[in-house]
Amino acid sequence: ASAQFQLAVPVAVVFAPGSVPGDLPRPLPFRDVQEMEIPVNLRTTVTTRYETIYRSTTAQEEAALGAATAREADAALRPLQDASLGSLTMYVVPETSSLLPQGINVYVGKHRGTLVRAGEGLAALRTRLQQLTQVMSFTVSSITAALSDRVPDGQLGPDARRHLKSSLGYEITFSLLNPDPKSHAVDWDIEDAVNRYVQPVLDKLSLVANFSVDSQILYYAVLGVTPRFDKESSSFLLSAHSLPHVINPVEARLGSNAASLYPVLNFLLYVPERSHSPLYIQDKDGAPVSTNAFHSPRWGGIMVYNVEAPASPQASLPLHVEVDMVRVMEVFLAQLRLLFGLSREELPPEFLLESPGNEGLADWELDRLLWAHTVENIATVSTTLTSLAQLLDKIGNIVIKDDVASEVYRAVASAQSAVAELAVGHLHSAFQASKEAVTSSERAFFDPSLLHLLYFPDDQKFAIYIPLFLPMAVPILLSLAKIVRETRQRKKEPTKMD
Amino acid sequence: RGGMLAAVLLLLTAAGPGPGPVPVRAGRDALREELLLSPLPDGDVAATFQFRTRWDADLQRGAVSHYRLFPKALGQLVAALGVRELHLALTQGFWRTRVWGQPPLQAPAGAELWVWFQPTVTDVDKAWEELSNILSGIFCASLNFIDSTNTVTPTASFKPLGLANGTDHHLLRYAVLPREVVCTENLTPWKKLLPCGSKAGLAVLLKAERLFHSSYHSQAVHIRPICRDASCLAVSWELRQTLTVVFDTFSSGQGKKGKLGSSALWSLSVHSTSLSLPLTLLPTDWSLFKMFSRTLTDACPLASQSKVYVDISPKNKEKELLEVTPPPASVHEAIVQGDKRTYAVYDLLSPSLFNTSRSLNVQLKWKRPQDSSDLPTPILHAQRYVSGYGLQTGEISTLIYNTHPYRAFPVVLLETVPWYLRLYVHTLTIITKGKENKPSYIHYQPAQDRRRPHLLEMLIQLPANSVTKITIQFERALLKWTEYTPDPNHGFYVSSSVLSALVPSVIAMKDVDVDVEQSSLFTSLFPSSDGSSYFVRLYTEPLLVNLPTPDFSMPYNVICLTCTVVAVCYGSFYNLLTRTFHVEEPSRGGLAKRLANIIRKFRGVPPL
Repeated sequence: ASAQFQLAVPVAVVFAPGSVPGDLPRPLPFRDVQEMEIPVNLRTTVTTRYETIYRSTTAQEEAALGAATAREADAALRPLQDASLGSLTMYVVPETSSLLPQGINVYVGKHRGTLVRAGEGLAALRTRLQQLTQVMSFTVSSITAALSDRVPDGQLGPDARRHLKSSLGYEITFSLLNPDPKSHAVDWDIEDAVNRYVQPVLDKLSLVANFSVDSQILYYAVLGVTPRFDKESSSFLLSAHSLPHVINPVEARLGSNAASLYPVLNFLLYVPERSHSPLYIQDKDGAPVSTNAFHSPRWGGIMVYNVEAPASPQASLPLHVEVDMVRVMEVFLAQLRLLFGLSREELPPEFLLESPGNEGLADWELDRLLWAHTVENIATVSTTLTSLAQLLDKIGNIVIKDDVASEVYRAVASAQSAVAELAVGHLHSAFQASKEAVTSSERAFFDPSLLHLLYFPDDQKFAIYIPLFLPMAVPILLSLAKIVRETRQRKKEPTKMD
Repeated sequence: RGGMLAAVLLLLTAAGPGPGPVPVRAGRDALREELLLSPLPDGDVAATFQFRTRWDADLQRGAVSHYRLFPKALGQLVAALGVRELHLALTQGFWRTRVWGQPPLQAPAGAELWVWFQPTVTDVDKAWEELSNILSGIFCASLNFIDSTNTVTPTASFKPLGLANGTDHHLLRYAVLPREVVCTENLTPWKKLLPCGSKAGLAVLLKAERLFHSSYHSQAVHIRPICRDASCLAVSWELRQTLTVVFDTFSSGQGKKGKLGSSALWSLSVHSTSLSLPLTLLPTDWSLFKMFSRTLTDACPLASQSKVYVDISPKNKEKELLEVTPPPASVHEAIVQGDKRTYAVYDLLSPSLFNTSRSLNVQLKWKRPQDSSDLPTPILHAQRYVSGYGLQTGEISTLIYNTHPYRAFPVVLLETVPWYLRLYVHTLTIITKGKENKPSYIHYQPAQDRRRPHLLEMLIQLPANSVTKITIQFERALLKWTEYTPDPNHGFYVSSSVLSALVPSVIAMKDVDVDVEQSSLFTSLFPSSDGSSYFVRLYTEPLLVNLPTPDFSMPYNVICLTCTVVAVCYGSFYNLLTRTFHVEEPSRGGLAKRLANIIRKFRGVPPL
């Protein structure tokens, strides 16, 4: 399926007094459009348009920029910005400004605003701005990761397959695995931990998809690998290469939400049995992993939680263990961000990213996710509809019901409107339209009336009539043979005459 | 109790983990496990496992999503689909009430599912369909074949067993799949729902190779809301997983192999139990090891109660209790189903039990009744068969026996007949002791072809010491060719009919208002109304009815035949059109001439 995407990012560059570079091409304010092409494969191209408005600060903005620290300025500037999803506002402050700490040239706030220190001339500023735009909206790698199905295998980075596929909803399941309930009575206050740490992030992400969170405790659930005993540290070790085999036996017991079809994200907290503790995970180089956790792409994460051995070995069993949820949730939240592709990339040291605080997610990170998911959704719709069309081409007499047809029309219309909205930079409406397109196309594709097994292939119909065709073919074949024989004889006869 | 224990532990382990006092959410959920072993009158042994998870949380609010002992899959199902009560039973074999007596929990052969939905559910049929599909996935059973053609809404037979403030039967759905075969793939997901799996506790005995080598195997899941406490202001949810299995003493390693088996048992049980075991066992002796090829070594560490009950009620006229080894720590007396029973109780959680031996292998000795005629007959039992000849009409007869010497009691009969047996309601006759018995309540819902089955519910009074015969005639319908099941010549199953009754007790039951949390599990599923009667639900045999079955190769035969005819016609016509005709020279004579020539040759005369 071919697809052309045009992604338009509205950017506002606001110059504070004293920061306007001398070599501006035109007097402020003016507009500028920059286009860039991202090649994905032969039939899919992504064109990005950065629609930039250059202007100088208003009086209110000027006042806000007069704050003491960058954080305060960011908070004060927020109500003055364009709050629509996907739009970015960059404030260029004079080189001598004390707003940014020493050595920091770019400050990315919690929302959609940034502070940039004016550099030497426009060219340097432009490269800095472009880098910043990519960090805050999308990069070539984030777009190719979203279109990973279409990218030839060799070109993908290792991270590209880690991100969860875009979906209308996700089920997040926290499971506490206690393989040894005789020795450990493990208790965790998951309800409070979810409310305190996970829910704020999910509230923020609710724009992207529906989330549901649940938890369970599984007893006698063991990992698939027997850890190796290390005499030096008198501990048990799981090496990196054995980790792929760890999940399988556990997975059979995890179960999925019977009442929903959304993909499940599993986070497992494993309390090793007494005979195998303490248990540490080793990385590829043999060094212990500091978090004692690992994640599995598109599946979830596992953390090993070691229980301290009691001081006296005679202590009566089971040992009561209350899990330190702060430590656990730190790891799980980091894994959650990783699985959603929200990990913070390597940035030059001159960049300073504001920590998202309690919400766990900055506004511009949400935008990043939306850009990638919108592109991915449109690509998915196009793939789904193409394979549906292929199926219909293959079976000529398939019956297409009116409701299926209307779903297909709706999917096409929504996908088109999503593409159009992307091209004018309306990220939010584009994402909504792409979601609707996915829903409609999936509903059409999985309609039970379109099961290709319902239709007889033509060769079977032919086989049923073999009893007719075979006896009918006999006289025809015989007469053909006779003709052949006669012509041969006729050919031979003249030579005989000679 | 848990809180105290934890506090003690913290004192013991000063350097223990966990900052500050441990917040123990005590009493939020609790697991009890129980095994009841009862020798049956004819010498077989029934083992009934019950695992009960009680959760003090309201599943319906939707806010609960953090599971501990209660299985997440079922909890989410209950919350998402507005289920108030769910009863699913998968059964292989048939409980022979007449020889085995009243079962603790009976289920019809095949799969049985009945569900009460919440009044908030707007589209009950849709929820029912969704539920049966999800359950079919969870239990690997063909419950997805439950559709409107085998679903009924009984009005009187199935009342909610749990807490319910309304019994609007429109919220009830009931379906039986009598053809369902139950096997290991259904047992494995059932065991997976247990908090301890089959790794510890009583569930270690649940090994498929023994359980399915039995006369009767029934596993069930019951979910219902119950009162949290006596004041009943809050709701708790109860999940009961039950498994009943009947071992045939002859098929389970007796007869010729008996000696061998018992000597092996002997050598294995030396370390475990008392040495008073005779070397030659009587045929009716059995032990846990013999039945399950395993013994019990511990309780499930998560269970708050783990007990084995053995029915040692006297079987002979001398009224002596059956002998059981090892000697039980306590003996429990109860009146179960109108009968005074004595149980030997082994508490797996009491530390003294495993002090003397590492494992518990309960063994029981008793003399099997020599004469099968003096088997005690249960007060209520029933029998059903189909009669008639030919493939057009037939008759279903149900015989219901009331053997109570002096008490009459009513019984509710539920009959579900698939639409392809067209019942003639005017032929319905109920005859007791030669006289017509008029039912005091009849609910009949006629079938609609391909849409819903017949439903017949009747309240019939059974006089004391009587046999009631209910007959109804039917006509067999012709099905469309796609509607036949695979192997249609095997016949079509008609699900068991259901008998529900409050059977008067022969001995007065103490109207004991025992706390449900303390009493044994096998007595507490069905509520008993008062001291004078007890609730019984019986299932009759499923029926196998032959329907007029066409020869399914016929269409192909017809195609072959007509095609051949067409081809032959075509061939000769083709020959006629394409052959070139030319005048043949007169032949050299026929057979007669050749024969004549041979004779002439012998005679030496020149040929013709």
